[in-house]
Amino acid sequence: MADARLPSRISSPGRRGQRALEFLFLVPAVAYLVLFFGYPVVKNVVMGFQEYTTKTFYTGEAPWVGLANYSAVIGSSVFDRAVLNTALFTVGSIAGQFVLGLAVALYFRRRFPLSGVLRSLLLLPWLVPIIVSSAIWRWILDQDNGALNRVLESLPGVDARPGWLSSTSLALIAVIVVNIWIGIPFNATILHGGLQDIPPDLYEAAALDGARGWKAFRYITWPLLRPVVNVVLLLGLVYTIKVVDLILGLTRGGPANSTQTIATQSYHLSFAEFDFGQGAALGNILIVVSMVFAFLYLRANRRTA
Amino acid sequence: MNLHRGGWWHTAVGVLILAVLLFPVYWMANVSLQTSSSAEQTPWIPLHLSLHGYRQALHDQGGHLLTSLIVAVGTVVFSLLIAAPAAYALAHFKIRFANAVLLAILVSQMVPGIVVANALYSAYNDLGLLNSVGGLILADSTAGIPFAILILRAFMGSLPTSVIEAAWVDGAGPIRTFVSVVLPMCRNALVSSALFTFLFAWGDFLFALTLTTTEDVRPVTLGIYTYLGSYVPDWSSVMATAVLASLPALVLLMVAQRYVAAGTTTGAIK
Repeated sequence: MADARLPSRISSPGRRGQRALEFLFLVPAVAYLVLFFGYPVVKNVVMGFQEYTTKTFYTGEAPWVGLANYSAVIGSSVFDRAVLNTALFTVGSIAGQFVLGLAVALYFRRRFPLSGVLRSLLLLPWLVPIIVSSAIWRWILDQDNGALNRVLESLPGVDARPGWLSSTSLALIAVIVVNIWIGIPFNATILHGGLQDIPPDLYEAAALDGARGWKAFRYITWPLLRPVVNVVLLLGLVYTIKVVDLILGLTRGGPANSTQTIATQSYHLSFAEFDFGQGAALGNILIVVSMVFAFLYLRANRRTA
Repeated sequence: MNLHRGGWWHTAVGVLILAVLLFPVYWMANVSLQTSSSAEQTPWIPLHLSLHGYRQALHDQGGHLLTSLIVAVGTVVFSLLIAAPAAYALAHFKIRFANAVLLAILVSQMVPGIVVANALYSAYNDLGLLNSVGGLILADSTAGIPFAILILRAFMGSLPTSVIEAAWVDGAGPIRTFVSVVLPMCRNALVSSALFTFLFAWGDFLFALTLTTTEDVRPVTLGIYTYLGSYVPDWSSVMATAVLASLPALVLLMVAQRYVAAGTTTGAIK
């Protein structure tokens, strides 16, 4: 970090005022972080132990209930399903986004006519609001008149019209596929940036030793790209585990909770059933899970790096 | 791993990849220009152009689009006012707990939006901030502020210290140095932060869904969601709204594509 401190010869009384002034630069941001991240986390921890419902808004009373919210949330029939769905959604989305994003990044690493223009157009799916993506895909995946089923129908030997978003066995897969589509541009852009930083002469040297294609990827590209890969995967993990808008837009957690995740179920408990205490309890579980994963991930990477 | 220049053959494959990935965007535009509703199959190409969807969308969602614009611009202004000085302090002042602040920013990224919304709902209820533009601006800044601090700090850290020291020597205090020397040099990073903050706020759905309860203040994302009720009778209006809600992203991509790419990379890595 660059250090542009005052030269030490400046007189000390002025310096103290200066320090106070410097401090003021940071105060609004710290206050904001405390109010909009610190307070919510603390408040959620507290609410998790309270019976906090719509009644609370009228009476102002939120009786302490100990671990009742947690046992209700964990004992509920939706919980196991939500945990499994969260795991499948997160792992499936990240794996798909990463592999396809890397493939795209490697392809667009070549310089060819219009490659720059095409690469920036590639960002579009990521810039479009997520709820818009949900709306588009709702209509593409529509069982009766959706574009996908119309293509499938026109293929020889296919006469089924899967209910991509309405069948309990397909909905989660469909939601994951849409989330992969949303994530490809982000993965591709960052990985492309990482690839640009690998010096080309390494490949020339390796080619003289006979390492091309897969071997060059295995021994040059992958090791040098690892730091960027780690960042991409960690960000993917942290963002995917808390996705709400995409799932609500596509399926609202249904059918029959088949796409319900911890995050959407927390929303459901708080804002559909108005049991803010249970919603908070599930939200707290989500925070712990994402912190644990992020921590384990960082640890694992520090060891191999 | 061919780093050599490819030919038009590569362009053709590139276009094909893009065509597959952008099909949903095409489909949105196509459906938005159709006369038909969900009762019939949408033709693959909009041969009979109709602006019916757009008329309906502007009629139903015009006000919501305006709300989104006000909220997004407000979020950009508020976020940069908070983030830029903080980024400067973190990059250039010797502040003892700077690392703690940075760590807090990183950890804040792991706090799910639903947790923030859950706690803010009751606080907003007490403070009368539900259904207010100000309340949404404050909540939407949860995405913009940490991101802008990280981007701006990375950029400010790379500024030549000699320039800033020269301002010090000329007798400029920290505020003057910041406003008239540092900020002008950070134009690109400021544009990039503003752009992303705008897109985050414009695309916000969760806070719109949880922190507004009536029509008074309703961004277009929530407008689309209410359109998407259990049964959608008129897809061309929904898709016309979707196109209108994507326009800022399209315009920004065209006008400022180098900032978008730069912002994605810096924001993520540094």
